[in-house]
Amino acid sequence: MLKLDGVSKVYRVGAFGGRELKAVSDVSFEVGEGEVVSLIGESGSGKSTLGRMILRLASVSGGTITLDGRDITSIKDRKEYYRQVQGVFQDPFSCYNPVFRADRVFAMIKEQYFPRAGADEWRKRVEGALESVRLDPGNVLGKYPHQLSGGQLQRMLIARAVLLDIRLLVADEIISMLDASTRIDVLNLLADLRARGLGILFVTHDLSLGNYVSDRTVVLRHGKIVEMGRTDLVFGSPAHPYTRSLLASVPRLHAKWTDAEMTDAVEDVPCAYHEAPQESRTRPGLAEIDSDHYVACADKEKA
Amino acid sequence: MALNVTDLRVYYRTLRGEVKALDGVTFSVADGEIMGLAGESGSGKSTLAKSLIRLDGRMRHVGGTVELDGAAMPLSDDDAMDEFRFRKVSLIPQYSMSALNPTRKIGRMVGELLDSRGERPDRAELERRLELVGLSKDVLDRYPIELSGGMKQRVVMVVSTLLNPSLLIADEVTSALDVSSQKAVATTLLGFRDRGLVTSMMVVTHDISLVYQIADSIMVMYAGRLAEKAPADVLVTAPRHPYTQQLVSALPEVGVRYEDRRLAGIPGSPPSLLKPPGGCRFRDRCPLAFDQCAEQPPFAEVAPGHLVACWKAE
Amino acid sequence: MRYEALHFALRNRKLVAGTVVILVFLVAGLAGPLMFDHGPNDYVGPPMAAPSGEFWFGTTTFGQDVFAQFLYGLRATFLVGVLGGVLAAAVGMVVGFVAGYRGGWVDELLTMLTNIVLVLPALVVLLIVNAYLGVRSIGVQALFIGLTSWPWAARAIRAQTFSLRSRDFVDLARLSGVRTPRIILREIAPNMSSYLFLTFILLFGSAILIAASLDFIGLGPTEGVSLGLMLNNAARWSALQLGLWWWFIPPGAGITAIVGALYVMNVGLDEVFNPKLREM
Ligand SMILES: Nc1ncnc2c1ncn2[C@@H]1O[C@H](COP(=O)(O)OP(=O)(O)OP(=O)(O)O)[C@@H](O)[C@H]1O
Ligand SMILES: Nc1ncnc2c1ncn2[C@@H]1O[C@H](COP(=O)(O)OP(=O)(O)O)[C@@H](O)[C@H]1O
Ligand code: SF4
Ligand SMILES: [Mg+2]
Ligand SMILES: [Mg+2]
Repeated sequence: MLKLDGVSKVYRVGAFGGRELKAVSDVSFEVGEGEVVSLIGESGSGKSTLGRMILRLASVSGGTITLDGRDITSIKDRKEYYRQVQGVFQDPFSCYNPVFRADRVFAMIKEQYFPRAGADEWRKRVEGALESVRLDPGNVLGKYPHQLSGGQLQRMLIARAVLLDIRLLVADEIISMLDASTRIDVLNLLADLRARGLGILFVTHDLSLGNYVSDRTVVLRHGKIVEMGRTDLVFGSPAHPYTRSLLASVPRLHAKWTDAEMTDAVEDVPCAYHEAPQESRTRPGLAEIDSDHYVACADKEKA
Repeated sequence: MALNVTDLRVYYRTLRGEVKALDGVTFSVADGEIMGLAGESGSGKSTLAKSLIRLDGRMRHVGGTVELDGAAMPLSDDDAMDEFRFRKVSLIPQYSMSALNPTRKIGRMVGELLDSRGERPDRAELERRLELVGLSKDVLDRYPIELSGGMKQRVVMVVSTLLNPSLLIADEVTSALDVSSQKAVATTLLGFRDRGLVTSMMVVTHDISLVYQIADSIMVMYAGRLAEKAPADVLVTAPRHPYTQQLVSALPEVGVRYEDRRLAGIPGSPPSLLKPPGGCRFRDRCPLAFDQCAEQPPFAEVAPGHLVACWKAE
Repeated sequence: MRYEALHFALRNRKLVAGTVVILVFLVAGLAGPLMFDHGPNDYVGPPMAAPSGEFWFGTTTFGQDVFAQFLYGLRATFLVGVLGGVLAAAVGMVVGFVAGYRGGWVDELLTMLTNIVLVLPALVVLLIVNAYLGVRSIGVQALFIGLTSWPWAARAIRAQTFSLRSRDFVDLARLSGVRTPRIILREIAPNMSSYLFLTFILLFGSAILIAASLDFIGLGPTEGVSLGLMLNNAARWSALQLGLWWWFIPPGAGITAIVGALYVMNVGLDEVFNPKLREM
């Protein structure tokens, strides 16, 4: 459904845009229908930039992004595009205009997409969407953003996206602000949406959460893909030292960092990319070491 | 005892009435203790953190006392609190990392900050501290945008602890970081305590598995009150409060997948703090609730260092 | 939010007092002139008469009614303030919003324009314009003031817009298919409504002050009457030396009171809108 092909993004920074900052370089992956792909990487690795490019909030500097084979920048009617692709951002508090009531996010959708819907019919629709994210409409409608908790605001944003019968959802770190129990609620909701055929790009820095919901995983570092593929393969037999070090630093209950034998010896493991036979290098810079499990060269990283 | 909080009540004034964000909180943090503070969002964690530093215009100190190293803190007297701020108590606020001014070099920003607190920046000491947290002194000549989130967070931490406060409060300092930076930041916090740069610490977080790694004890808040406080490993292995039990069981571990085991959140939502119900505030969502819960349970010690506010826990 | 602002507005003494003063002058300027059956510059009484029951503020050296002039002058002063203020606010808002929202080369161009107008010595320009065209009416004067005093407002609005633009709710509006002008109007502007209001009040006050000083140094409109022109005439015909205090005190006090009240309102509004300054 959604396909990224050699996508890069260059920001101009500094006075007079004199310096260039390559936030994303040469990233290719796909998100299929009913598939959850998690995008993992440290802050500044380019996750949000990728998400914003997919949402057409940032221009693409190189490569193409296609939806069903159509270049998204060639879709002139943005409204049509947003009917299919929606996003939810990291900080629920800044997604709401503080001077208006929070349910304005729904009103905006009605105004733009369903101007002819009757008030009653629309209210039913909104209530249905809210119930699908396990919110009590009476509890959240008609309130100002500061009167609602982060978890409620975040779920309202998901309900807003659901109102549109979208096909792809870009979820940019939507759970890092939530407490553990709300996190699980939101994750379960995403999984339910997936079952309905929704494709989800789940951006996160939390590996256990990524692992919990996703079918495929893309690990990003300094704007480049270091490893990607089926979630069980990436997490079960990580091939890139960066992925391994990430997995080693995941905080676990019942096991302290100090107890776990630290895999500092990862340096000595030979580079999986170079070990792989020449013909497995099917994608630029990546070698397919297992079916649907790609890894980048680790030696080049070190250099 | 480094910090002694007794029956602290802090309300927010709003047009619709008072939000009882902190409603009778009693606990203490010992010298050298790192205490994790967890709880649902909106339970009053940041309110507690802010109360110990500065009450903003809408916050009102309604009752209770706070003692730090034996001296009572005059919470509602903004000027008198100056003596405590940064020197004795220091706060790393939520989102402080993203609040760094992008147009100022780090070094200049640190200088201005110390200036505004009436301290002369000691460059040598600053560089020594940066080195301690694994940053080179070059960061002082860089812009915030050039640093990773973890690096920025460590800069903020160095600045907040420059005056060796006895209590450091870190509010969600790791939420925006990836796991390896989280680990670096968490170990830095630990290092501060071990080197005696700060005496004790309160670490506010949603990430119980992270705070478990460094904390001696964990305290859980619910709807403006305390639910449970216990040594870290006791809290995650044998929690006594029904809320903590559900919270801990909602934590996914690496390897758990949605298809294999669907984790469950806690059904329902916390009560409004404008007119909180009487009795135990968790009553509506508690699977164990019974008649007595209509009365407020005391925050009582059930084992050494293990306090619980639940009638069923005794 | 709205009601909250109103709630605090009605309880803010500075704001209420400032508003009352302005309203009193406004009503006087609007309704007052209807009391007279003669114009402000007609020679209706004995020259140099002290205030009396017939001529409340006395008369000028030529026997003009100072009270009538004062009321007509108030009208002109408000007109200049409103026209000049509205024009400056409008230009400043358009430039500020567009530059702040679009960024890039549009921003650079507009910022350059703003800076040029900002450093332009307005007085010199006015002298030149006056020499060639002559400032005839209050409208022309307001136009001039409006076209020269917008830059600081544009700069302030640009900075605010710039910081609001990167907030997620703007992105969310775009994701809802809302177009740029509407986003500026419906998402960004409401967030700085207090700020825009303050800007307008300051521009209003400064337009009155600029007009008065222009009038006073003889660059005012050649037709009509304003508080500044009254001061100018009083000075020109040595009212001070002749002891005709009733000629120059009312216009001077009027300008001071109006501008002062506007600034007090400004401080009051700041307290209303800025939660940090609210006294509860
Ligand atoms: N300025 C304010 N005015 C009114 N109520 C407020 C204000 N700030 C916070 N509150 C309320 O006080 C309660 C506690 O808020 P607080 O920020 O302490 O929560 P928290 O535990 O830190 O949550 P999070 O985990 O989301 O950071 C919430 O119910 C919140 O709605
Ligand atoms: N608007 C921008 N202008 C300049 N640089 C930016 C901008 N947005 C992001 N960047 C830079 O691009 C890189 C990737 O950022 P981002 O995509 O936000 O990462 P992530 O979401 O993974 O934390 C970072 O180095 C960041 O500083
Ligand atoms: S006191 Fe009652 S309602 Fe509260 S947590 Fe205990 S059992 Fe549940
Ligand atoms: Mg991001
Ligand atoms: Mg908080």
